[in-house]
Amino acid sequence: MDFDFAAVRNSADYLWQGFQYSLSLTAFATCFGILFGTLLAMARLSSIKSLNWAASAYVNLFRSIPLLLVIFWFYILVPLMTGVQVGAEKSAYLTFAIFEAAYFCEIMRAGIQSISKGQVAAGYAMGFTYGQNMRYVILPQAFRNVVPLLLTQTIILFQDTSLVYVVGATDLLGAASKVANRDNTPIEMYVSVAIIYLVISFTLSRLVKQLHAKIAVIR
Amino acid sequence: MVLHRYTLFDTTESTMSIIRFNAVNKWFKDLHVLKDVNLSVAEGEVVVICGPSGSGKSTLIRTVNQLETIGSGEIWVNGQNVIDPKTDINTVRADVGFVFQHFNLYPHLTVLDNITLAPIQVRKQPRVEAEALAETLLAKVGLANKRDVFPSQLSGGQQQRVAIARGLAMQPKVMLFDEPTSALDPEMIGEVLKVMKDLAHTGITMMCVTHEMGFAREVADRVVFLDQGEVVEMATPAEFFSAPKSERAKQFLQQVLSPMH
Ligand SMILES: Nc1ncnc2c1ncn2[C@@H]1O[C@H](COP(=O)(O)OP(=O)(O)OP(=O)(O)O)[C@@H](O)[C@H]1O
Ligand SMILES: [Mg+2]
Repeated sequence: MDFDFAAVRNSADYLWQGFQYSLSLTAFATCFGILFGTLLAMARLSSIKSLNWAASAYVNLFRSIPLLLVIFWFYILVPLMTGVQVGAEKSAYLTFAIFEAAYFCEIMRAGIQSISKGQVAAGYAMGFTYGQNMRYVILPQAFRNVVPLLLTQTIILFQDTSLVYVVGATDLLGAASKVANRDNTPIEMYVSVAIIYLVISFTLSRLVKQLHAKIAVIR
Repeated sequence: MVLHRYTLFDTTESTMSIIRFNAVNKWFKDLHVLKDVNLSVAEGEVVVICGPSGSGKSTLIRTVNQLETIGSGEIWVNGQNVIDPKTDINTVRADVGFVFQHFNLYPHLTVLDNITLAPIQVRKQPRVEAEALAETLLAKVGLANKRDVFPSQLSGGQQQRVAIARGLAMQPKVMLFDEPTSALDPEMIGEVLKVMKDLAHTGITMMCVTHEMGFAREVADRVVFLDQGEVVEMATPAEFFSAPKSERAKQFLQQVLSPMH
């Protein structure tokens, strides 16, 4: 069996577009997920019962259903609810942001809980409000403590973005599969994208390892 | 001595006292940790609180700025009733410095940023001003050259001195200390006590949980002896050390003053 490098070269532009979409989907879902996840984590740790309950319900819901199902849901539901045909690519942004927030919430919650009572008390003793204490004392430390976990989650997220191909979005895998069908080059395409996923995920997880070591030193 | 400035059983509001406990009780579940505590601290007074482990000293001092809530009674600080839900507790806390046993400096900030954070964020002081004050305070505690290092690069004694400077940067009316030297190696206790003694002489109000009886003798106006959540004795250091009235205080003093300690 021959590996046709020309097939890869010829479709490089298209694959590159798909790759860019995968990256931007990952970046958006990570940023939004961490932001919203942090708010969820604060709600989950709050002493206000209703807030606590709502955040727990949210997190448990999204952690209990498969991502694939959520992708379908949003793909079908978003146009139904908004009346706007946003397309697979755009609806995936929303899907991933909302879904990943549940996972980032749990990471940030662990981070916040890792901060000692003494630090929290020191902040309040200065006259900080809850918000100020979170912003200046607790979250910066919490965030630093969980950077490796956040990055690991981002690696998983990056791989999971490939699932959007089921609703026809042109991410890296989607682009590859479209080319593979058109040119009948499945081997070339699927091997190429596998290498790309592998290189990126592997590099990132090496980075996580190094960060782990560094954070251990700082502590 | 400022003994003439307070009266033990004063319950009217028109006193000079800057901190006043009126019949304060506190429970942790079934555990009655503060039992009907009445105590007032006059402006400029230095009060040392001592007592056996578990007697409620930390709890008592933490109720002053409501790091611990109470079950019943009233606490007045700077003319504000801190128990009243209408009181903005943050403004009360801003005027009360707190020094912890374990320093609790912010590890992610430099020494300078540790000191200027609250003045800038709470007092809305311009950064230049806050930094100038921070540098003055650092010089006072003998750490002028440490402004740009992180807390982890300092010894325990140095960290505690930064913590004191951090408290003072808010220009508080009261400083509270909860066993500020008991987490320190013996050779570092002196440097922290010296800073605290200097501070006591500036006329700031101090409430200090400590077992450093030398410190109490030298700068305290009053010693409060707490046992099992009760204020058992309240006296001048001279009275307390030479002629403790209660059996419990005698026993306690024997333990802390014995050479074994
Ligand atoms: N958060 C808490 N929950 C339940 N019990 C507590 C809590 N904090 C303190 N206690 C209990 O309350 C009592 C008083 O504690 P506190 O820390 O005020 O004593 P202390 O005099 O400061 O002791 P030490 O000299 O050991 O610091 C102790 O029996 C302690 O176990
Ligand atoms: Mg204590």
